[in-house]
Amino acid sequence: MTDMPLLPLFILLTSLLASPILFALPERAANLRTSINLGVAAIKVALVAWLGWKVSQGVVYDVRFTVLPGLDFKLQADPLALLFVSLSAILWLITTVYSVGYLESGSHRARFFGFFSLCVAATVGVAMAGNLFTFLIFYELLTLATYPLVIHRGSAEALRAGRIYLIYTLAGGLVLLLGTLGLWIVAGTTDFVPGGILADVAAEQRLVAQMLFVVLVGAVGVKAALFPFHAWLPIAMVAPAPVSALLHAVAVVKAGAFGIMRIVYEIFGIETAQALGMTAPLAALAAITIIFGSLKAITQDDIKKRLAYSTVSQVSYITLGVALASPIAAVGALAHLIHQGLMKITMFMAAGNLAEGLGVKKVSQMNGVGRAMPGTMLAFTAAALAMIGLPPLAGFVSKWYLAQGGLDAGAVWVVALLLGSSLLNAIYFLPMLYRAWFRDGTETEAAPARQRIGWMLAAPPITTALMVLAVGGFANAPFSPLEWTRFVVAIEYQE
Amino acid sequence: MTIDAMTLTLFLPLFGAMAAFVFPRVATGIGLVTVVATCGAVWLLALEVLKAGAVVTPLGGWEAPLGIALRADGLSLAMLAMTSGVGLLVSLGALDALRDLRQRQYFWPLWLLLLTGMNGVYLGTDIFNLYVMIEVIALAAVGLTVLSGTKEALRAGLEYMYASILGALLFLMGVGFVYLHLGRLDFAGLLEAEPSGALSAALALMLVGLLLKTALFPLHFWLPAAHANATAPASALLSGLVVKAALYIFLRLTTYVPLPDEILVALIGALGAGAVLWGGVQALRAERLKLLVAWSTVVQIGLIFIAFARAGQVGLTESWKAAALLILAHGVAKAAMFLAAGRIKDEVGHDIIRDLDRAEVRPTLAQFTFALAAISIIGLPPSLGFIGKWSLMEGAMAAGYWHWVAITMIGTLLSVAYFSRVFAGFLRFDRVRGPVGEHQGWALADVAPLTLAIASISLGLMAAPILSFIELGYALGVTP
Repeated sequence: MTDMPLLPLFILLTSLLASPILFALPERAANLRTSINLGVAAIKVALVAWLGWKVSQGVVYDVRFTVLPGLDFKLQADPLALLFVSLSAILWLITTVYSVGYLESGSHRARFFGFFSLCVAATVGVAMAGNLFTFLIFYELLTLATYPLVIHRGSAEALRAGRIYLIYTLAGGLVLLLGTLGLWIVAGTTDFVPGGILADVAAEQRLVAQMLFVVLVGAVGVKAALFPFHAWLPIAMVAPAPVSALLHAVAVVKAGAFGIMRIVYEIFGIETAQALGMTAPLAALAAITIIFGSLKAITQDDIKKRLAYSTVSQVSYITLGVALASPIAAVGALAHLIHQGLMKITMFMAAGNLAEGLGVKKVSQMNGVGRAMPGTMLAFTAAALAMIGLPPLAGFVSKWYLAQGGLDAGAVWVVALLLGSSLLNAIYFLPMLYRAWFRDGTETEAAPARQRIGWMLAAPPITTALMVLAVGGFANAPFSPLEWTRFVVAIEYQE
Repeated sequence: MTIDAMTLTLFLPLFGAMAAFVFPRVATGIGLVTVVATCGAVWLLALEVLKAGAVVTPLGGWEAPLGIALRADGLSLAMLAMTSGVGLLVSLGALDALRDLRQRQYFWPLWLLLLTGMNGVYLGTDIFNLYVMIEVIALAAVGLTVLSGTKEALRAGLEYMYASILGALLFLMGVGFVYLHLGRLDFAGLLEAEPSGALSAALALMLVGLLLKTALFPLHFWLPAAHANATAPASALLSGLVVKAALYIFLRLTTYVPLPDEILVALIGALGAGAVLWGGVQALRAERLKLLVAWSTVVQIGLIFIAFARAGQVGLTESWKAAALLILAHGVAKAAMFLAAGRIKDEVGHDIIRDLDRAEVRPTLAQFTFALAAISIIGLPPSLGFIGKWSLMEGAMAAGYWHWVAITMIGTLLSVAYFSRVFAGFLRFDRVRGPVGEHQGWALADVAPLTLAIASISLGLMAAPILSFIELGYALGVTP
């Protein structure tokens, strides 16, 4: 097969170009819109698969053009990028099916799907950015494209949430701009290079490098919902279920976590970051976020808010794995990027189904929902158990590697932290499962209009739940996320 | 006398203006043809500049100190291209926006006269000529301001006229003193002149006059009302293009006769900072959409002067590029924004920000255009506004001027805050009684503003060629 040097650009353009078409379609043209959505999403998955095959063959992609003297817009497809791209492409396809079902009778669908595919384009851009400058462009685009989705319902509450979301993320983006400029001035480049580009600077100007680390990681930490910048995430849960599912379980928070990876591994380099003494504080912050998010989750009665705080906690596993500066922990972190995405999207879609089908939005209303919606609740249960870390499910695999990494890095407290976090996970998830399966539904509470949900709502969470089982159960199979992760870590640690 | 592209650039719109005035019934046709032809002339001129660097034409064959010479380099050509390009799209937008016959009759001659004046400024090489041209611009601009015929517009136009006359008068006094002192008025003469107190004083008069015309805080008092009350195409021209002429002269003059003291540079930056903060706060409080957009112009002018002021140690030889990028970015984006605001006002029936969310008609495409233009004006990537701000902050950080960095960041946050008021109005639906469908009020008229808005975003990706183009012919690397 001939080589296609512009393949990464095509992958970006699939959803970027779909967006204006979707905007322009009249509201009535539902079938055409659905075909375009699904068609483009499927094409994207195919292109990503092709890209993945090429990259595993050792093909190097580098698409760039100059924006300012010396400063390039640059797309690359390194294994790390591929990990995130394939996650978002596959989950976009699944979520598109779900959103079509979810918004069947809703309004402003043209707008919704237009911005939705813009978001995916931005996520793919974040993943494939070859330097921090390009990363910044897509990072901001992601903010702008998600804002209309957060306030999609157009209510006063949604607008308030949207405003808070904008303030947090745009302020974060502005700080990222500052950091990028600083990096550009100090290092003369913003390229992502395994092993980092700041080793010399760190040796000569230690303080400058440390400040740069704080600024950059703090900036992307906003989207990664790192404590104390996490407050926007639970508030943004006012968005429709598919948005919460894809964007706030996968795209946005992962863009932040992914940014932390890029900055620590490929701007500073893990050794330099360690030498600067910055990894230990980052690990501590991640640990605080993990515990804090879990504690807050326990107190939430709203299902989506509980899931949101759980996301706050779980995303920091990734940060923790990066900050521990051990290759084994890094494997756990990267695997968790995928695993957490699969688990959380399952739970959000299930929560959306509960709200749609039964009108259940609160944990206290969940009595007996297992019998009413067995498929959805089975998926939810699988994801919840995986999240708690029951072997051999997905969450167990990442926690196992994180714990081993902690021991490898000589941080025994990580094992305790992970055990504690798993216990907290159990405390806030098991009651939900207990209510769903073992309590009788009290018809007096809530549950106004029972309606059957269509296959477009029912199938996606079951699919992702099966993927949760698969990535855990077959973790050592070739081309599993875990295997790919080991490949990536070998590159980042330059082994 | 040979007819070349440069002469055409200047005289096409002049003759067009006269023709449109004499034949009001076909004014629209004459106007469009003239603007397209002017774009063509600018294009030809651009090819010449690309080949030869700077191009000089003595008008009527008279050489410099005595006659009038026209000169085009990369920077002036970028300004010409922005003026005619934005002008063309605003003209297309005006086709729909000006429904009143009387408005249409006056719009075209005034706008073509304005184009003549602007082109004259960008090609001029001596300060008396520039004075004449800014008077031509002022005349046309005041006419455009009062075109809508409302009482507020008349009052604003009058205020604008006073400010304009005062500014021109100060400029003319400066010109007179320069002539008394040096005996010549061309840029080359200014460049050769020995720095002296008298020259600085003359220059100071001219610069203050220009600041008044470009509406730098605290001399901005006339701008918000004038720009907010004009009809949409006129607002787009006034805000996007007209204020840039005085700014451009300011840039040129301060290059040829450097400001004698570092403190003055800092002072100009401080005024810019004042504009960013004060304008931002006023935009937050503005009740009407067009007024908000007008205040954002005050902010942007301030930002351009901050770009100018961070010159500092490196000197203007570096920092003018950031200023030029911001000027271009603002020209394109603000024209798009005013046209879009005009469309929204036409469709919704009012432009009171607080009540936008009660509207049952949502001109989606115009709102989208407005949002795109806002992205460039806020300075989010990858727009041209972002590249301009990037250059500004890069220079300020490299020179260690952290206060300018801080002001720029505060200004950005303020602009996010005031524009998000508008977006909330666009996207909120729970206060509407009737059903609101999507895609209401789409019209061909949205094409022009949308094109401008898309340009303001995508030009950011072409910043490298733009930058290398404006440097052609040593634009402000001196040697006029």
